[in-house]
Amino acid sequence: MAQSPQDVFAPWDDATEKPLIRFRNVTKNFGDFTAIDDLTLDIYAKEFFALLGPSGCGKTTLMRMLAGFEKPTTGTIELDGKDIANVPPNQRAVNMMFQSYALFPHLSVYENIAFGLKRSDMDKADIPARVDEMLRLTRLQKFAKRKPHQISGGQRQRVALARSLAKAPKLLLLDEPLGALDKKLRHETQFELMDIQEKTGTTFVIVTHDQEEAMTVASRVAVMDAGVIVQVATPDRIYETPNSVYVADFIGEVNLIEGHAAVDNGVATISWAEGQPPITAKTDLTADTQCTYAVRPEKITITQHEPQDRPNKIKGAVLDIAYLGNISTYHVELPDGKVIKAQTANDRRIARRSFTWEDTVWLSWTDTAGVVLTA
Amino acid sequence: MRRFTLIAIPYLWLFALFVVPFLIVVRISFSYYELSIPPYGPQLDLSTGWDGVKAFFAELNWDNYAFLTGDDLYWKAYLSSLKIALIATFLTLLVGFPIAYAMAKAAEEWRPMLMMLIILPFWTSFLIRVYAWIGILGTEGYLNQLMLGIGLIDAPLTILNTNVAVYIGIVYTYLPFMVLPIYAALEKMDDSLLEAAEDLGCTRTQAFWLVTAPLAKSGIIAGCFLVFIPSLGEFVIPSLLGGSDTLMIGKVLWEEFFSNRDWPVASTVAVILLLILIIPIILFQRNEQKQRETDG
Ligand SMILES: Nc1ncnc2c1ncn2[C@@H]1O[C@H](COP(=O)(O)OP(=O)(O)OP(=O)(O)O)[C@@H](O)[C@H]1O
Ligand SMILES: [Mg+2]
Repeated sequence: MAQSPQDVFAPWDDATEKPLIRFRNVTKNFGDFTAIDDLTLDIYAKEFFALLGPSGCGKTTLMRMLAGFEKPTTGTIELDGKDIANVPPNQRAVNMMFQSYALFPHLSVYENIAFGLKRSDMDKADIPARVDEMLRLTRLQKFAKRKPHQISGGQRQRVALARSLAKAPKLLLLDEPLGALDKKLRHETQFELMDIQEKTGTTFVIVTHDQEEAMTVASRVAVMDAGVIVQVATPDRIYETPNSVYVADFIGEVNLIEGHAAVDNGVATISWAEGQPPITAKTDLTADTQCTYAVRPEKITITQHEPQDRPNKIKGAVLDIAYLGNISTYHVELPDGKVIKAQTANDRRIARRSFTWEDTVWLSWTDTAGVVLTA
Repeated sequence: MRRFTLIAIPYLWLFALFVVPFLIVVRISFSYYELSIPPYGPQLDLSTGWDGVKAFFAELNWDNYAFLTGDDLYWKAYLSSLKIALIATFLTLLVGFPIAYAMAKAAEEWRPMLMMLIILPFWTSFLIRVYAWIGILGTEGYLNQLMLGIGLIDAPLTILNTNVAVYIGIVYTYLPFMVLPIYAALEKMDDSLLEAAEDLGCTRTQAFWLVTAPLAKSGIIAGCFLVFIPSLGEFVIPSLLGGSDTLMIGKVLWEEFFSNRDWPVASTVAVILLLILIIPIILFQRNEQKQRETDG
C-alpha cells in the first residue's frame, strides 16, 4: 500500500496493538478430513489481508468460520477480543461476499443491494441514496432493475460485491471478488476497494487466485497450503524473502537450484553442479546444510560477454525467448541441461535486441539477489 | 415440413383427445332428453342431405342451460364444490409444504427414496385406497379404536360421511401433486442463499419468508392448481367418504348421468364445470410460463 514513510502501517510489528481477529489453534474437520489444521493467525483492524493458496487449501473454510457458517472443531476465534463461537451470523458485524455470489434470484439488482440495509437500523429514507452510491461504485446503475439472471457473470460479481459493501461492516470477507472481471475493470475495482478501505477503515480479508492482485491491494499476504498457513508477511517480504520453496514457487516466477551450502560468516557457498563454480549468497544460516537456492528471473542479468565483478556467473545458450511486451523472459540452457530463466526489460524495439536463439550468453547476479532456503 | 410435423403432432393429440370429446359433450348439452338409444335427440339424419343438417341445428337449443340456471340446486352444488376444493387445497398445502421442505433438506442420497415413498401409493388402485379410508374413518374404524384405546376420546367420533372425511380423502389423494412441484422448486434452491440472507442480518425465520417462500412460490402455485382443478370435479371421494349433505358437482353430474339417465343435463353440468375451470387453468399456464422465463 502507498504509505508515507512516517506513518508506516504495520500494527503486526507493534506489540501493544490488539488484533481485530485472532485465530488460536483453530482446527476444522469435515468428517475425517482436516480442512484447517491448527491454525494461529492475527489480523489487525484496517488491514487488507489477502489469502493466497491453491484450490482446496481451506481459504473459503477460513472465511466461513469468520462469517459464522462453520464452527471450529477445536480452537477459538476472537473478534475484538471476544470469542465468537456462539454469535450467529446475523449478529456479527461481518459481511461476506460469496464465491458463488449467492444473489437472490427473485430480487432485482437494486433489491439485492438494499437487502442488508433493510435489515439494519438504517433510516428507511437513507437506503435509496446508499444503494445508488453502491450502484455507481460498481457501475451498475443501468442494471438496477434487472434480475440476476438478466446480467452477465462479471456484472453479477459486481452486484455481490456491492451487496456486501453496502452495510459498511467492520469486517468484510471477499471470496474471490474480482475473478470474473476483465483486467482493466479489475484494476479499477482494486483501487476502489483500497479507496473504500482508506475512507471507511473497514478491515478486509480477501481471497484471490491472482497474486498480482494480492501484491497490489494487500497490507499482508498469507500463503496457505493444505489447511496450514506457510507464511504471513507483507507483499514485498513474501516476494523477496520467501521462507520456503513452496512460497517462493507459488508467488511469481523463480529459478530453484538445489545444492549444498557451506556457510561461513553469513555467506553461503553453494555447490550445485559438477564443473560449475559455486554460487555465493548472503544468508542468515549458521550451519552447513542441503539447500535450495531461489533467485527471481528479473534479478539475473544476461550479457554477451563475460561480466566482471559479479560474484555469480554462468555460461549457457539461449533456448527460448518469451516475449511479453514490456519484458522478455530468456530461457537459457546450461551445459548440463538445466534451464535458467532471466528477464530483461524491453527498452529497445525488437529488431535491435541483442540476443537470439542459440546465442551463447552469460548469466550473472549479485550475492544478495537470491535466498537460500532449507524448507 | 419436418418442423410442421413436429408441431402438428401435439395439436393432433389435443384435437383427438380433448377437442373432439368436448365438442360431443357440447352437442349433447344442446340436445333434449328422449327415451331412445342414445337417450337424447335430435339425431343427425344425413339421408335427407342439407335439409337434414338444417333441421338438426334448428332443434338444438339452450333449454338445458336455462334449466340449470333456474334450479338453485346446481348453483349450490357449484359453490359448495368450490368451497370444498378451496379448503381442501389449502389443507393439502399445509400438509404438503413441510413434507416437500423436509425432502429438499434431506441428505442427497435419501431424496430418491423419499420421492419413491411419495409416489408409491399411485401404484395401487385409487378406488381401493379410498375404500381403505372407510375402514379407517368409520365409527368402528381403526382411527376411532386407536383414539378410544389411548383414552383420547370417550365415544367414537363420526368422521365418515362428513365433509371432514372428504377433506381427508382429497388431501390424501392429491398430496403428491402438491409435494412434487414444491419439492422441485425448493430442491434447486442454493443453500448459500439462506446463508447470504443470514449474513445480511436476517434471522432464520426472516430468511424463510424473504428467500425460501418467494423461491417456492411458483411451486406452491403449481401445486395448488394441480390439487384444486381435479378436486373441484371430484366424484369418487365425496360419494364414498362424504355424507348425504356433501354437495359436490361431480356427484350431481354422476346422478344426472347414471340415475336420471339425463345425458343432456349432465353434459350441460360438465360444460359449465369446464368453463369454471378454464380460469384457473389459464392462470396455471401463466404461472408456468413465467417460471420458465425466469429459469431460462
Ligand atoms: N462441507 C464440507 N464437507 C466436506 N468437505 C469440505 C466441506 N467444505 C469444504 N470441504 C473441503 O475442505 C477443503 C477446503 O475447502 P475450501 O472451500 O476452503 O477451499 P478453497 O481454498 O476455498 O478452494 P478454492 O480456491 O477452490 O475455492 C476442500 O478439500 C474441500 O473439499
Ligand atoms: Mg474457495
